[in-house]
Amino acid sequence: MTRWPKPPEGSWTEHYPELGTGPISFEDSVSPEFYALERDAIFKRAWLNVGRVEQLPRGGSYVTKEIEVAGTSLIIVRGLDGEIRAFHNVCRHRGNKLVWNDFPREETSGTCRQFTCKYHGWRYGLEGELTFVQQEGEFFDLDRPATGLAPVHCDVWAGFVFVNLAPEPEQSLTEFLGPMVTALEGYPFDRMTERYVFHADNDSNWKLFADAFQEYYHVPSLHSQQIPGAVRTGAGFECAHFRLDGPHRLVSTGGARRWTLPPEYMYPIERATRSGLVGPWESPDIGEPPPGLNPGKIDPWGIDNFQIFPNLEILIYRGWYLMYRYWPTSPGTHRFEGMLCFQPATTVRERLEHEVAAVVFKEFALQDAGMLTGTQSALESAYANGIIGSFPVNDQEVLVRHFHHVVGEWVEAHRRRAAS
Amino acid sequence: MTAPLLPPAFAGLEPYAATWCLATEAERYARRQASTMPVLREFYDACFPRLEEAIAHCDAHPLDDLPDDVLRLLQLVYSLVMVSMSVEIFQQVKATDAADAELHRTGEPVP
Repeated sequence: MTRWPKPPEGSWTEHYPELGTGPISFEDSVSPEFYALERDAIFKRAWLNVGRVEQLPRGGSYVTKEIEVAGTSLIIVRGLDGEIRAFHNVCRHRGNKLVWNDFPREETSGTCRQFTCKYHGWRYGLEGELTFVQQEGEFFDLDRPATGLAPVHCDVWAGFVFVNLAPEPEQSLTEFLGPMVTALEGYPFDRMTERYVFHADNDSNWKLFADAFQEYYHVPSLHSQQIPGAVRTGAGFECAHFRLDGPHRLVSTGGARRWTLPPEYMYPIERATRSGLVGPWESPDIGEPPPGLNPGKIDPWGIDNFQIFPNLEILIYRGWYLMYRYWPTSPGTHRFEGMLCFQPATTVRERLEHEVAAVVFKEFALQDAGMLTGTQSALESAYANGIIGSFPVNDQEVLVRHFHHVVGEWVEAHRRRAAS
Repeated sequence: MTAPLLPPAFAGLEPYAATWCLATEAERYARRQASTMPVLREFYDACFPRLEEAIAHCDAHPLDDLPDDVLRLLQLVYSLVMVSMSVEIFQQVKATDAADAELHRTGEPVP
């Protein structure tokens, strides 16, 4: 096993002394009371990524976004002026859900010149303004200019569209993202428009699922099949670099790339298609990477895994990237969104490389999803029965420790504000 | 005798075409999940030796303008990728320890 240098304090965890090294509680992932606090403390305060600008290619392009934890549905729309805006998806007349297609609870997307309510036919322009009221003369003192759609703060960074549900966000989007994340500016996310999109309803708390994607300690056990049986040793995996910045986290992996190993370290389908577990062996050149990529200067570098608070993850594999979002739907469930984003294939062979990466991704993500149902139910049992209250977390799991620490801090800050 | 679905050079794979030439990942995954390991192994054993040749055959055409029989050959290759997960990696139909988890591909490029 490669040994990567740790910080002078002797561990990544002790490099960030505010985290401590003791066992931690996961009651935050089973408690209905804590879940209710997260709603206001986190999901109505933090900037939340709801999509990419490529999903809104032209004036009139819109998507709707269900954010159950915040009890809202949003319309995100590009105006004819090119600006992207967000509104609560509520008709100002009698509160009907304004934009939906087949089923009111399902997200939709499309292009239009105006939004028309299905119920009584009120219409709104792309900037939220109320433009038409059926039998307007029947109303009393209707102030049309003051009856536009309720806006939501919306901003764009590097093509990622974010919203903030606070009446007045405490930080701008770039302040919130901080220097570690914004140093990724310049990465050609905009060129990676070939998307393989996944959705799942998982039976685990949103944080427990994120935990499984921010440490690699579980890989040799849960995902042992990632290494072909003939050469499987069960050896542990050590990450090359960890970094924290405010509420956000980064882990970088390093070591010999899979396809540079002897052939027996790959499955036959990987050798035949020149793609597999970590994606295509070769990707179109992306030019000089931005300074935020591989900030630990790991060589040979593998993957950068950015955990952007609260529920966005971006995994950069140099020439393509993966994006995950975890949307809480109840204390013990969440909706998972995953996207593999590639530069568009120009040949069948390239398209097949992408298909293989997307198929392999799903197989191993299913292992996480299946197992985490067990984590959720066992943790619920542990806390309900007062059996076990805290759990040891090692240095390879420093991001798990930090995530729950930050969530606790945000909830505590909210409690203090609410009390004062 | 029904008309062949695949390019003539791949006539030997015709017995699998009606079952496995499927346009979407959702269909390919569902077909795999509804199959037994002996069926998946037979398909894999018949198709894998022709994989390199099939990729080269498809790759000789522009991605956005594949003739129908070549498109079906590519769909067969996609199914082989799907089935290889069970045959090469897990030795069972569904990923080990995936329990009842589902993950739906809701967007993908065509073809």
